[in-house]
Amino acid sequence: MGRQRVGIAAFIWLVGLTGAAGGAQAQENNCVTCHSALGGRLAAPVEAFQRDIHAEKGFGCVACHGGDASIAGMGGMARELGFVGRPRGRQVLDVCGRCHSDADFMRRYNPSLRVDQVTEYATSVHGRRLLELGDTAVATCLSCHPAHNVRPPSDPLSSVHPVNVAATCAACHGDADHMKPYGIPTDQREKYERSVHWAALSEQGDLSAPTCNDCHGNHGATPPGISWVGNVCGQCHSVMADYYEESRHATTFTMLGVPGCATCHQNHEVTRPADDMLGLDEGAVCARCHAPGDRGGETALAMRSMIDSLQAAYHAADSLLGAAENHGMEVSQALFELGGANDALVTARAAVHSFDREIVGAEVTDGLEVAVRAFARGEDAMNELRFRRTGLAVSVVIILALIAGLLLKIREVDYRATVTET
Amino acid sequence: MTRVRAWWHRSWRWLDDRIGFDAFTAVAKKKDVPVHRHTLWYYLGGMTLFLFVVQVTTGILLLFYYRPTAEQAYESVQFLMAEVEFGWLVRSIHSWSANLMIFALFIHMFSVLLLKAYRPPRELTWYTGVGLLGLAVTFGFTGYLLPWNELAYFATRVGTEIMGAVPLVGDFMLRLLRGGDDVTGATLTRFYAIHVAVLPLCAVFFLGLHLFLVQKQGMSVPLDVQQGGGSRGRMPFFPNFLLRDLVGWLVALAVLAALAAFFPAHLGEEADPFAPAPAGIKPEWYFMFMFQTLKYLPAHILGIEGEIVGILGFGLAGVFLLLIPVLDRRSARGERSPLFTWIGLVMILYVLLLTYLGYTADPAI
Repeated sequence: MGRQRVGIAAFIWLVGLTGAAGGAQAQENNCVTCHSALGGRLAAPVEAFQRDIHAEKGFGCVACHGGDASIAGMGGMARELGFVGRPRGRQVLDVCGRCHSDADFMRRYNPSLRVDQVTEYATSVHGRRLLELGDTAVATCLSCHPAHNVRPPSDPLSSVHPVNVAATCAACHGDADHMKPYGIPTDQREKYERSVHWAALSEQGDLSAPTCNDCHGNHGATPPGISWVGNVCGQCHSVMADYYEESRHATTFTMLGVPGCATCHQNHEVTRPADDMLGLDEGAVCARCHAPGDRGGETALAMRSMIDSLQAAYHAADSLLGAAENHGMEVSQALFELGGANDALVTARAAVHSFDREIVGAEVTDGLEVAVRAFARGEDAMNELRFRRTGLAVSVVIILALIAGLLLKIREVDYRATVTET
Repeated sequence: MTRVRAWWHRSWRWLDDRIGFDAFTAVAKKKDVPVHRHTLWYYLGGMTLFLFVVQVTTGILLLFYYRPTAEQAYESVQFLMAEVEFGWLVRSIHSWSANLMIFALFIHMFSVLLLKAYRPPRELTWYTGVGLLGLAVTFGFTGYLLPWNELAYFATRVGTEIMGAVPLVGDFMLRLLRGGDDVTGATLTRFYAIHVAVLPLCAVFFLGLHLFLVQKQGMSVPLDVQQGGGSRGRMPFFPNFLLRDLVGWLVALAVLAALAAFFPAHLGEEADPFAPAPAGIKPEWYFMFMFQTLKYLPAHILGIEGEIVGILGFGLAGVFLLLIPVLDRRSARGERSPLFTWIGLVMILYVLLLTYLGYTADPAI
């Protein structure tokens, strides 16, 4: 190792001599010249940096590392020229923040980019541990935005592209050794990748589906507090959150010190909600706290029964109209109107978060009215179909009778013609 | 009863004095139809005419409810199908009868072609018949768009695009048909005007001339029957032949009723010009052989775009079909003409094969 370092130093000294002799080439980036020639680990940043957003915007090595790239050899890396080498720990914040916290400077390159990342970071658990406790194992800018390969979040190859965020966070949070001192579980990514959110993001390509930073924040990442999680889910699921906020559960859960949404839906492993979650049957989340005899249990059973009745009415009407449509009946308007019952079903399911059977009942009643009307139209269509078939049978009989009559008439006129000829 | 009969006789005489029914009855009595082993084919003209009358009748009924604008067309047809008493029946019969009419027309044309019934002096009858076939498929093409549903919209887009590929006049034709660069409400209005006014007017002229010529020249007797015997005499048109025609029409009516009851005309989704074209867009069956041919042609033939070569080819085939009475000199002289029999058979086989492939071949090809 020592021999290799001596070799590198000798190489840089030689390059320095060559650079000094060739003054015309003094303007070139000597960092790139030397590091490219050195190969291996030292050349890797040169190759990677070519696709870095900073390189695209015209920044060179000295923007972060300091020093003077116009000076060939080790001279350009003198401390007195501001060379910082490889920034570590708190130094990373200073290096990145020098530009990213300067609104005037950033406006020239990306006016829409926020300039409070370092300030936010200081409020995060990562930032607090680094700045207050000097814990250098926590994440800094470079942990999520890898040096020499920083790309905008919209770039699918970026470490902070929505699809890649879980892997980026899991680089530390999935590492049992790294997390051991903090006593944090390391299965979050595994759980998240079984969630409905990950399915929406990775399978349906819905980039608005939440990933780690959407709930935990990115620069200001903090662990979820009890009331905080409810707020986070409500950012997207606002209707449910509003119902929940007005419900008894909001007060009770806060009193018990358990999170609102995650108590029933889990946090990282949020699976697709189903009606089975409601009620007191096996697998129902209500049954974890409520029993058939108590008021909450009765409410759960009543809400489940109402939802089931609406769902059954919707499916009955839908299947009847579908059958009529398959037989060629024009029922598109009825099918369109039946959509109202499905809307009511969706609204009623959201209203379940009020844990109030009257609120759920109001939504279900509206939906049932629509479904019953649609079912009646389906029955009309099927009756009409039967009428058509009967009408067809009658008309075919009449036509056949006419044909028979005509055939007899033809026989008669042909016979008459033969008689006339003879 | 006697009084009614007397009143009827008086009324008839009153009308006869003014109109002169004698002339009609004389023609009806004089008109007869040759009887031989190919007589069956004579019924196809009458069948086509019957289906045309069904089309006119149901078309007029549809006009009472149809509204020819992009905003209202689909809703008006939907209303007709779902709310109007027997609206579904009228539209379904109109749709099925259109298909059966074109089918009968094709068989009628090919039977005339193979029996060489276009021989002098019936060239004009052939020309007007080919003209009527052209009118019938144009009726089909323009009528297909009128419900303004998704399939019709995109099929019209593809159809007019093909028209736009015609050299020299293609661009003009495309804009003339579409009423702009794309298929819009302006196209719908044009197609409507063509379907309910322009084409019926042309059809009345061509059909009138066609029927007049058939009436004047009588039915053509095939050459082999004429020369080799096989004629079983002649049958009076009225009532013997007409009664047989009526049987065929009643059968057609029963078939139409069954098709309308079991397979009513679909409406599908409303056309949305901003939606992507649904996969596997296909034209009506009578255009399928041309559509499939264009799909098989290479991108370039002798440096000319394959599609243009195909369209020119079909144009030339149409001209050839029209000019057959002029080109088939042997038949005109009363001689056997196997070449044109083979041409007719090849045409039938080609249309059948390409239509079959159009419905069965991999759409990606």
